[in-house]
This record gives sequence, structure tokens and C-alpha cells, in this order.
Amino acid sequence: MRRDLMGEPSRRGFLAGGGALLGLGGAAVAARAGLSEAEPRTEQTGHGMYGAASHGGGANGPTFRIGSVVDHHANGFDPTDILRDFDYGTITKTGDGRTLREWEIASTDKELEVAPGVKFPAWVFNGRIPGPTLRCTEGDLLRITFTNGSQHPHTMHFHGIHPAEMDGTPGLGAGLIAPGQTAVYEFDAIPFGVHLYHCHVGPLAEHVARGMYGTFIVDPPQPRPAADELIMVQHGYNTTFDAEGNQLYAVNGIPFHYMHEPVRVKRGELVRIYLINVLEYDPINSFHIHGNFFDYYPTGTRLQPADYTDTIVQGQGQRGICELRFPYPGKFMFHAHKSEFAELGWMGFFEVT
Amino acid sequence: MSERTENPAPQKSQARTGWVSTVAVVLLLGLALAALAVVGGRSLPERIGPPVEEIAVEQVRMSPGRIDLTVRNAGPDPVRVAQVFVNDAFVDVRGGEQPIAPRRSTVLTLDYPWQEGQPYLVSMLTSTGLVIEHEIAAAVETPTGGRDLFAVMALLGAYVGIIPVVLGMLLLPVLRRIGKGAMCFLLAVTVGLLLFLAVDAVFEGLELGERSGGAFGGISLLALGAILAFLALTLVDRWLHHRAHAAGERGGTRLALMIAIGIGLHNLGEGLAIGSAYALGQLALGAALVIGFALHNTTEGLAIVSPLLASARPGVLRLLGLGLIAGAPAIAGAVLGAGVDNAELSLFLLGLGVGAIGQVVVQIAPALRGGEEREPGPVAAMDTTAVLGVAVGVAVMYATGLLVVA
Repeated sequence: MRRDLMGEPSRRGFLAGGGALLGLGGAAVAARAGLSEAEPRTEQTGHGMYGAASHGGGANGPTFRIGSVVDHHANGFDPTDILRDFDYGTITKTGDGRTLREWEIASTDKELEVAPGVKFPAWVFNGRIPGPTLRCTEGDLLRITFTNGSQHPHTMHFHGIHPAEMDGTPGLGAGLIAPGQTAVYEFDAIPFGVHLYHCHVGPLAEHVARGMYGTFIVDPPQPRPAADELIMVQHGYNTTFDAEGNQLYAVNGIPFHYMHEPVRVKRGELVRIYLINVLEYDPINSFHIHGNFFDYYPTGTRLQPADYTDTIVQGQGQRGICELRFPYPGKFMFHAHKSEFAELGWMGFFEVT
Repeated sequence: MSERTENPAPQKSQARTGWVSTVAVVLLLGLALAALAVVGGRSLPERIGPPVEEIAVEQVRMSPGRIDLTVRNAGPDPVRVAQVFVNDAFVDVRGGEQPIAPRRSTVLTLDYPWQEGQPYLVSMLTSTGLVIEHEIAAAVETPTGGRDLFAVMALLGAYVGIIPVVLGMLLLPVLRRIGKGAMCFLLAVTVGLLLFLAVDAVFEGLELGERSGGAFGGISLLALGAILAFLALTLVDRWLHHRAHAAGERGGTRLALMIAIGIGLHNLGEGLAIGSAYALGQLALGAALVIGFALHNTTEGLAIVSPLLASARPGVLRLLGLGLIAGAPAIAGAVLGAGVDNAELSLFLLGLGVGAIGQVVVQIAPALRGGEEREPGPVAAMDTTAVLGVAVGVAVMYATGLLVVA
């Protein structure tokens, strides 16, 4: 996040005549509690136990208040579930034999606990951040019935190739969907790859930053090799609404979540990560993985990897597919290699068994 | 009917009715206020807008791998510090799990491996998503309030307060030789010097006022301190005047004492600044500092003795006493400042200095008038020598102030 420099240079002149500087901070006469060296904390492998967070603190790295977690139940979603939650919609056949997929999506205004004890007035698709992961196959006919249950006008704008009136842009087709109104977006699933959808109402940055985004996966006609598939949506929360960077950074809704609930994967198994960046207010985001390299398919629109690396950078709206196998058991970090984002919540662990 | 003086009885009854009506009025007022509190409060709508969250950091204590912040809720609504990040990294926090009620304080203990001399920005993320920032300009370990610290502070206070003032007084014999005409000039220099100190303290206070949370009035504490000091010194002056009148003394001694008290109150604030700057590691202790202060505050000694030029030769003990009154508060201030860093307290003490100086200037002003009349009058009555003197006083204070380096 950007910071406004307050005041003046740190070390100021000291003019005694008027009782010179009273610096910031101070000294206390009170008895000291004598705690100084940070005790090394032993790493527990928290088996999905909330509050079993043992990572971090002091030199062990960033953390929320040790032991504090958000109430996933009250939020209505859990990042651990979002990882592998693909919504294939309701499938029927059209008259000419095409696959028709239908989804019902509703937007609402919802107060979410985005960090332990921190409430965020979110605008959400289907009650969660990120919104549901819609998945289909190239060539399907898609029909999304969108109902706006929010107090604000919204749209659904899908990345892909479609007619202008289905673009979810104000002034085109159904245009703005007013509170209480319903619209139907219908288009062909093309091209294959990993895409996204988001609200496109002005102010655009705010509508996106409030939580109105989700993943839209179009599988190639010939399915990709079988793999343990994961969704990772990189985003943030500008809790102050000052449009100056973010206070919290996350994947799949809650900062630091995968630090105490690691992403569980199997040793030697192919892992496929659908990686999306919808971070607002910061120009770039990045993804780095420890102790491993992955094949990277930008946007997933080609079946040949473009890179073999352990770190990639994505601008806003950019996305791609990472494929890798973990040869060693144990815990491996993944995080933004923009360290500031990592230390403000965008970090987690894989746990290989 | 012949008029007679009234009986005592009706007087009594009159007094009684007076009391009864007074009590009735007080009761009525109480009832009206109670009714307003009950009915009036309810008849108004709830406040619109989000909760107002204000936190003032009153104290920062740095120890290895740890930062303790004493924070006070300076706003009207409860504030809960949910999480804290330092230099854009979240940290483990202890304390402040519960919302802080208005005007209450709590201590947040941060687990953070800070480095000596580096700047840190502590950001408190509240339950509503607001970020309240506190800047630590240069991290330095907080000295623990042991005997050594206070010894150092006392020594520093003596160097800065007492010694220079006494040095200034040693010039008294020299001043005596330069004749009576110079006395007016010297008093004017004193006024200029005091004005400079007062203005400087006000600017300092304005800067501090921005730092204080405002829960206890912020910059208005400066005004409060100034008014109280002014009034207190007015009383002191009246008392001294009576005593001197009874003893048949000249006014010079009284004025000298008043200036000493005024400068003493000012030095209390100066000592406080020195103490807290030392505690923060922002004070370059050394010969330059001591020499700078010595030159700077020697002029204060001169200011005290200038009214004594006309009167009889004062005793050494009396001079020493005046020096202590003017200088010793610097020691108290330094000791206090090293132990406490509280913008509100500093503002109040700065205010005391400003008010005291104001009163002293009022005392000296009549001496600056041209001619022999000793009526208090407008500044316009100053003669050329006095005007020059004031200007010289301001300039001298500015120039010697530059010698104090940190």
C-alpha cells in the first residue's frame, strides 16, 4: 500500500529556546515485563483446526494476532472449500444437440469478516469472495441468470468472445441491472482457457474491489490430463476505501488462511492451479512457490507451456495455469513475491503427503 | 406613621425566604436538566455516519524484539484494534482484544524485530477497517527509568538550567558600571528575549497539538496553562508587592524575582523537551549541546539581574536563590520528560511557560516607557532605546538558539 509521509524528516533540529522537540514515542518509568527474545515457535501441522495457527510472530514472519481466525461460518464461505469448488451449472441439451449450461447468480450487499475482527462491507456474487467458479467446455451454450439483490446497480461482465449486448457493460444490451432487477446473459463458451467475470459498473475499481469477481474456466474440447485442480484468486481489501493500495491481500477471500490451513496435495500427483489476479489499486501481483517449479500456461489458451519457472507476475485481469508435481513431502510456502503483499496476508502453505 | 428601624424578626424571615427561594430555584434547575437529559436526548435522532474512531498514541516503549504502545481512545465511540501491521507487515499483538471505551487507554504489545535507528510506521487496523497510523521516526531502545537515567537527567538539567543562569548573574558587577541609561536597554533586551521564548513555545505547542489525540483538549491545554500561569503570577506579584511595601523595599528585587519565576516555568517546559528527546535517543549529548545551552541561557541570567542594577547590591545568597528559581525547574522537567512522553502534559507545561512569560513582560513594560512615569501603558510609549533593545533581545535569542545542535 502507498503511505502518505506524515510530518517532516525523522531527525529534526533541536532549538532549545522554545523547549525544542518532543519526539514521537517516549519512555516509561513503569516496570518492564522483561520479555525480549522472541521464543522460537514450534510449527504445528494444524489439521484444519481453527485457531491452531502457530506460524509467525516476530522474526518468524507476519501473522494476525496469534490464534485469531475469522468466523467462516458467519461469512458463509471457507477458502479451503473454495479451492476445489467448481460450479458446472445445470446441464441440458438444446434442440440442435448442444450442451446448455445454466447458472443462477445473485448479488448482495454483505458484511464479511475479512481478517479476524475486521468487518468489510462487501458486495458479492452468491454471498462469497471470490464469487462462484463457473466451469464449462468450449462450444457450450451458456445462460447466466443474474438477479441483483444489492442496493446498487451491478452487471456481470465475462471475459471471452461474445456479442456486445452480452458484454455486461453499462449502455449495452441489458446495461445496468438495477436493484431488484434480473438479466440473462447468454453466449458461447469460447475460447478455452482460464478467464474471469466481474461487475462492470462505475466506479469500476470500487465495484471490483468490493468483491464482485469470480473465475470462469472454459475447458478445451479435449480435456486436460487428470490432475488435482485448484483455484486461486488473488485479490485484496482496501478497508479504508481511499483507493490507495490495500490493507489486506489474499487468495480466495481470507488473508493468511492457508498458513494455518495448508493446501493439502499428494506427493507426485499432478497439481493444476487456475491462477487469477483481480487485485485492485496495485499495478501488479505475483505468485511464487517454494521448493518447486511449474509449467506456466498464460491465460490457458494454448496447450503448450510458455514458461518453466517458480515465479510469475500478473497484472490485473491477467491469469494463467500452473502445472506441477511435488517430489518431496512436507510444507512448502506459496506467496506473492511482492513481499509487501505477502506480509499483508498473501501467503500460504502447501502440505505434501 | 413614624418610620422605625425594622425589627430583627422580619430580617430573619426575609433571610429565610431568600434561602427558600434559592433552594427552590436550584431544585427547579436540577429538574429541568434531568428532564432535558431524559426527554431531549430521546427526541433527537441517532448520529448519522460511521463511528468516529480516534486513537492517540501516548507512549511508545521499545525493547528488543518488542514494541509497547500505550493508546488512548480520543474519540466519542468505542474503538477495537483488530490487527496491527508495522511497515506493511502484520504482527502478533497482545492487548486491546476488547474495544477501548472513549477516554480509556490500553497497551498494545507488538512482537516485531525492529532495528536500531530505523523508522517504523505502526498501522492499527480497527474493526471497521479504518487504519490509524503512528510514526516512530527513529527506533531506539527506551531507557529504563533507573537511578542512572535520573542522575544523567539531573546533571543535564543543571548544565542547561542552573549553571547558565548563574553565569549570567555573574555579569552583574560589569553591568553596574555601564550606567543607568543602559538599564532601560537591558530590560528591553530582556523583553525581546522573553517574547522570543513565548512565541517559540506557542509554535512548539501548535506542533504538539497536532500530535495529541485531542481527548483532553489538545492545543487548548496550552491556553489553559498560559492563563493559569499568568493569573498565578499576578497573585504572586501582588503578594510580593504588599510585602515589599511593608518592608519599604525598592521594586527591582520584586521584578527580578518575577522574571526568575517566569523563566523558571519556561525552563520546566524546556527541561521536559530535553528529557523526552534524550529518552528517544534524539539528543546529541556533548560539549556542543552544553555550550549551546549555556550561551543561550546565560542571557536568561542577565534578564534576571537587569532590574537589580538600580537597587542596592544584592547578597550572593539572594542571587543564588534567584538562579535556582529560574534554573532548577529544568532539572525537574528533564527528569519528568525522560520518564513520561505525553503530549497533553507537555502542552500544559509549555502553556505555563508562555503565561508566565506574558506576566513578566507585563511587569517589565512600564520600565520601557520614555520619561519617568511608571504607569502601565501601551507599547507605543517605548522610546528608541527600548525598541532597539527588544529587537536585540529577539535577535540574540534566535542566534544563540542556533548554537544548540541536536
